[in-house]
Formats: sequence, structure tokens, C-alpha cells
Amino acid sequence: MIEIGLGHYLTLGAIIFSLGIVGIFLNRKNVIVILMSIELILLAVNINLISFSIFSGDILGQVFTMLILSIAAAEAAIGLAIIVIFYRNKGSIRVEDIHQMKG
Amino acid sequence: MITHTIFFYFFSIIAIYSALMVITSKNTVNSVFFLILDFISVGCLFIMVGAEFLGMILLIVYVGAVAVLFLFVVMMLNVAEQKTSWFRGRVTKGTHIPSGLFVSILIFLELLVVVGGWKYKTNIMSSGSLPIDQNTTNTHELGNVMYTDYVLYFQLSGMILLLAMMGAIILTYRKRENIKRQSYFKQVSREKSSSVELKDAEFDKGVKIDD
Repeated sequence: MIEIGLGHYLTLGAIIFSLGIVGIFLNRKNVIVILMSIELILLAVNINLISFSIFSGDILGQVFTMLILSIAAAEAAIGLAIIVIFYRNKGSIRVEDIHQMKG
Repeated sequence: MITHTIFFYFFSIIAIYSALMVITSKNTVNSVFFLILDFISVGCLFIMVGAEFLGMILLIVYVGAVAVLFLFVVMMLNVAEQKTSWFRGRVTKGTHIPSGLFVSILIFLELLVVVGGWKYKTNIMSSGSLPIDQNTTNTHELGNVMYTDYVLYFQLSGMILLLAMMGAIILTYRKRENIKRQSYFKQVSREKSSSVELKDAEFDKGVKIDD
């Protein structure tokens, strides 16, 4: 409990990952919160990669964390652009109003 | 060592609480602020554990760019305040809550099993191919690897960022009517004969300028 090891960081990553999943499932408000939940999930993945990289003494995990950061930034930009044009066409971004594909 | 423990619990409790508030707060602007707080506390954890460069990058890229982008979009779309509570829609009266909670709890339990199980396989930790040198700094180390062995991945991520930028611009671009634009060709090719005119002003009458 006192000594902080790899398990503590992995548990933190697991908790944040699960909170992101909960955010995706339970959200009925707008799509932006779903995008933020995806950001939380990617953050949890980064926590896992960095803690493994530090505790096993291998730099490779940090390289992949850097790549994930850039991919996450690209994903946020594209997602927000799609949300902006959807709002411009429909006037709403509520999750339950998005039923064009009858899904 | 005790300070490491205290700071770990401090930052991780803040991170978990703010992640909870991101998905539960009614106001979307508050969600974005809690997302920023989450990124800051996880960045502090990264710096604390020894990955200083990535902690700083997390602060710069996420807090400085992505979170501000979210904030701009939320404020621009005027969707911040919602009347209904966070889990209840207009049409569906919360039928998705049990299944969503079930799946999430299942995923969390599976992750906990994995976290508890890594102890049993010990030789996985000793197979590092790029060991960290303790004498150089983290940034130096990361640069040594990233610009030599993984330069193709690095350039590929740059290409993906370029593609994302072009995609966002193309998606949101629209031609607008009734807007005054600058025409460089007209501006440069204007001549004195078509734009300047000399007039004689009579006394007490002035000059009539037709526009």
C-alpha cells in the first residue's frame, strides 16, 4: 500500500479506461462528451504504456505513447470538424437526434 | 519514498474524480474544464514517475491545444446548457443504463484480473530491447531512439497530422454569399486613369461626387 509499484499505475489506468467506457455508454447529451470519453480512454492507454516503460526500464513504450498522442490530436480535430458540420446541417448534436442511418 | 506515495494518491484521486465529473456534469463547459484538470494531473503523474518529456508534451498538446479546441467548439455550437439530466434522454427513458453499466463493470473487472495477473509471469519484464540509460535525461533518451530507429514512425505520425489538418479544413470549408473578399489581381492591376480624377472646385459650390 505504501510502496507504489506498477500495479498502482495499472489500476489507475483501468479505472480511467472504465470511466471512459461508462461515458460512452451512458451519454445521451451530446456527441462532444463522447469524444471527451474517447480522449479519456486514450489517456488511460498512455498511462499503461508509460508505467510499463518506466517499471521495465525500456524506452520503447514512451515512443509509442508519443505516436498515440499525435493520433489522438488528429482524431479530436477530425471529430470536432464532423460535429461542426453536423450541427450546421441539423441544428442539434444530441445523440438521440442522430438517427440518419437507423442504427 | 513516502512523498512519492502521497503525491501518487493525491494526483490519482484528482484524476479519477475529474474523469468522473467529465462524464457526469450537466454543463458541457464544466466537462471540458474537468478534462483539462484530468490531463494536468495525469501529466504531473508522468513527470513524477520519470517520463518528464511526455508529461510536458501532455500539458502542451492537450491542455494547450486539444482542450482549448473542445472549449471553442462547445461555446461556438451553443449546446453547453442542457435541461435534462445527464443520463436521461427525451425519447428513451434510460433503458440503456443497465446494459451500459454491465458492460463497463465487466471491462473493469477484466482489466483488474489482468493487473493482478502480471505478477505471475515474471520473465516478461526482463525482455527490454531498448534499456533506459540512467545517466542521460529522458528527453535525450527519447530523441536518441525516436530520430534513429523509429524515424519512419515519427514521419508517419507527421503525415497523419497533416492529413487530419487537411481533412478538418476541407470538411468545415464553405463558400458564403454576400461576403466581401479581397481580390489581389484587381487590387494590383488597378491604374491611375481608372481610379483618380481631377476636378475643378468652383467657389462656394463644392464638388459633387457621385458614388
